[in-house]
Amino acid sequence: MTLQGWGRTARAETLASRPERQREVASLLAAPEAEPGLIAYGGGRSYGDAALNSGGATLLTQRLNRLLDFSPDTGLLVCEAGATFQDFLRTFLPRGYVAPVSPGTAFVTVGGAIAHDVHGKNHDHNGSFGDHLAWIELLLPDGRTLRASRDEEPELFAATIGGLGLTGVILRAAFRLQKAPSSHVVVRERRLPDLQSFMAAFAEIRRQATYSVGWIDGAARGVQLGRGILQTAEYATGAVPPASRARERRMPVDLPGIALNRHSVRLFNEAYFRQVPAAGRDRVLPLEKFLYPLDAILDWNRLYGRRGFYQLQCVLPDATAERGLPALMERIAEAGAASFLAVLKTLGRRGHGYLSFPMPGFTLALDLPARPGTPALMADLEATILDHGGRTYLAKDACLSPAGFRRMYPDLPRLQEVLGRVDPSGRMRSDMARRLQIHGAA
Amino acid sequence: MTAELWVVLGASSSVARAFARAAAEGGADIVLAGRDQADLADTAADLRLRTGRHVECLDFDAAGFEDHDAFVERCWRIAQGRRLNLFFAAGSMPDQDAAMRDFRLARSILEVNFLSVVSLLNRLEPGLRAQRGGAVVVLGSVAGDRGRRKNFLYGSAKAGLHTYLQGMRGRMLADGVRVVTVKPGFLDTAMTWGLPGLFLVASPQAAARASLQAAGRGRDEIYYPGFWRLIMLIIKLIPEAVFKRLSI
Ligand SMILES: Cc1cc2nc3c(=O)[nH]c(=O)nc-3n(C[C@H](O)[C@H](O)[C@H](O)COP(=O)(O)OP(=O)(O)OC[C@H]3O[C@@H](n4cnc5c(N)ncnc54)[C@H](O)[C@@H]3O)c2cc1C
Ligand SMILES: NC(=O)c1ccc[n+]([C@@H]2O[C@H](COP(=O)([O-])OP(=O)(O)OC[C@H]3O[C@@H](n4cnc5c(N)ncnc54)[C@H](OP(=O)(O)O)[C@@H]3O)[C@@H](O)[C@H]2O)c1
Repeated sequence: MTLQGWGRTARAETLASRPERQREVASLLAAPEAEPGLIAYGGGRSYGDAALNSGGATLLTQRLNRLLDFSPDTGLLVCEAGATFQDFLRTFLPRGYVAPVSPGTAFVTVGGAIAHDVHGKNHDHNGSFGDHLAWIELLLPDGRTLRASRDEEPELFAATIGGLGLTGVILRAAFRLQKAPSSHVVVRERRLPDLQSFMAAFAEIRRQATYSVGWIDGAARGVQLGRGILQTAEYATGAVPPASRARERRMPVDLPGIALNRHSVRLFNEAYFRQVPAAGRDRVLPLEKFLYPLDAILDWNRLYGRRGFYQLQCVLPDATAERGLPALMERIAEAGAASFLAVLKTLGRRGHGYLSFPMPGFTLALDLPARPGTPALMADLEATILDHGGRTYLAKDACLSPAGFRRMYPDLPRLQEVLGRVDPSGRMRSDMARRLQIHGAA
Repeated sequence: MTAELWVVLGASSSVARAFARAAAEGGADIVLAGRDQADLADTAADLRLRTGRHVECLDFDAAGFEDHDAFVERCWRIAQGRRLNLFFAAGSMPDQDAAMRDFRLARSILEVNFLSVVSLLNRLEPGLRAQRGGAVVVLGSVAGDRGRRKNFLYGSAKAGLHTYLQGMRGRMLADGVRVVTVKPGFLDTAMTWGLPGLFLVASPQAAARASLQAAGRGRDEIYYPGFWRLIMLIIKLIPEAVFKRLSI
């Protein structure tokens, strides 16, 4: 069958299996069909080719989604690798617990959260997902199943966090939920006129606010470059409106390519900016709506039409972000690759995995509709990111060069060392691993 | 209100899992019955965490008829005052050509899909009638509506099942026991994964919800998705003289 990344630019023809029981996984990995290599595919929310394996086998984990154990005292939750943040939220938020780190969509699985060491809107406080992971049960490429944690098999543990699924198939994981004082948050929104004031505002609140995220008007240029809305959120105290589960909507069709042009994007962004009054506003929202604003429209990626889109997410260190971010944004605006909202967040520290994305600094994420010139633009942006000592987030990536990748992720040799030990015959394979030459040059 | 207990048979099936979840969310306690105890234990843990209901697991081999007395007795013991309901999802659809060559395989199709329900319901009937209520929901199949060249072994087992359930429905009617035959079209489960020629495949969750709802509404026979009623009506109307020539 054909599988694709969330951006719909990367596609793969692959032999897919979809186990429903734990013990099927080992036999699928050992099967002759997996000879040309296998990769796990969770929620399919990575944008590029991380979960794709052209010409090889793919193991869909979505049916392995059971919650297995929870201790209210320690907050420790054990679950199967295909369980999603939606499962956690629906089951545990009513009981006063929340995932300590959550990506911007609830359809991400635990396996995917580990394999990219995902971060949320609270990285300065809570770090990334790997920081809360107690242990994983991993099916190794050679068919053995073992448990890895900071104490047991620590190298394998660090290699698997952010390890792009290449160390084996995660079967189960245990991580700690956190107490949530409320099911709602008070979201404070304010307008910021340009990038400089945006970054200054972040510097002020990043250590205080429980959650923070910035939405940038990707179409604004000149003195308005980087203008946008800063959201900060704190758990509500006192009574909140009764819960009502929002209806899910679908994108019924792929939007035709021309629907998204620089004029429509400009109009949309202007409206988004203006909806927050100049004096700012406070709103009480269900946590779900704040954390996962796009989840109400199930397949919003069809907005970009059949040709799909790329997402660029990078982090630039605090020291260089002030110069680097405008350089990136100007280059994109110049190319007329007007983007809808771009997202700006701060990151607080490095992650535990060898290929973890976070480092202290600013992270910018934006969509670039796929057009003939986009890959060239991406190459330009890669150079700018490298010049500023930053790195590209592999969960979003479909374009990075093997050389750029090596400079951004200097701990790659440590991952390679573990792979050489647990997967000498290269049972685990993916399009991303081939593109980035993770197992070495072909 | 009487507390409800649903015994879910063939509980490793994704439809069964979804049914158990929906029933537990509706406030029922659950017995998961099947052959893969490790798998059932995982599902039981999941149900307990998500719904807070009481969940137990039982060993159950649909074709192990000699153990069915003991199984039925354990069900009643577990029920203890709660009203017993059954959801039957055990089924098997091996390759028809293989089953034509190997009678043991052909027989197992009949045993798992048809005889197992006869064996269980015959034994459960007195108790069900005595409790004067409860529902028996069984997954049949559109394949049982007509004998197709390509899949008639499985189809004939389901046809036998449908007919048996019709009789049982009447037999227990006066005692308020409802018998619901669910005839799914194509469901997106392990049974059909990777098979060619499927269309309009429905999710196991939706099929499970429709089954539970049918029980609540006291329906006799439903097709799921509902448009299969029309498709099967047309297929049943094709004269046998024509149908026998169709290589479907
Ligand atoms: C709208 C949206 C918002 C997002 N917001 C954020 C955000 O705020 N922060 C952030 O960090 N990311 C964010 N992401 C990216 C997303 O969190 C990551 O791409 C994540 O890895 C997706 O998980 P998945 O379950 O969909 O996995 P997939 O995309 O299916 O796979 C991703 C990787 O995980 C591996 N994998 C999956 N399951 C297993 C397993 N069982 N064993 C081993 N390897 C496995 C795959 O092989 C692959 O390498 C966002 C994505 C979207 C679409
Ligand atoms: N999928 C479809 O399109 C479709 C369409 C129409 C009807 N149906 C019916 O729906 C029901 C559920 O099937 P499914 O699609 O979910 O397929 P499935 O995943 O194969 O489920 C069938 C279940 O039956 C169990 N089973 C098989 N032999 C058994 C035995 N001897 N004793 C006890 N349990 C046994 C299997 O578990 P173990 O192997 O662990 O025992 C399995 O969990 C079946 O009755 C099927 O005929 C399915």
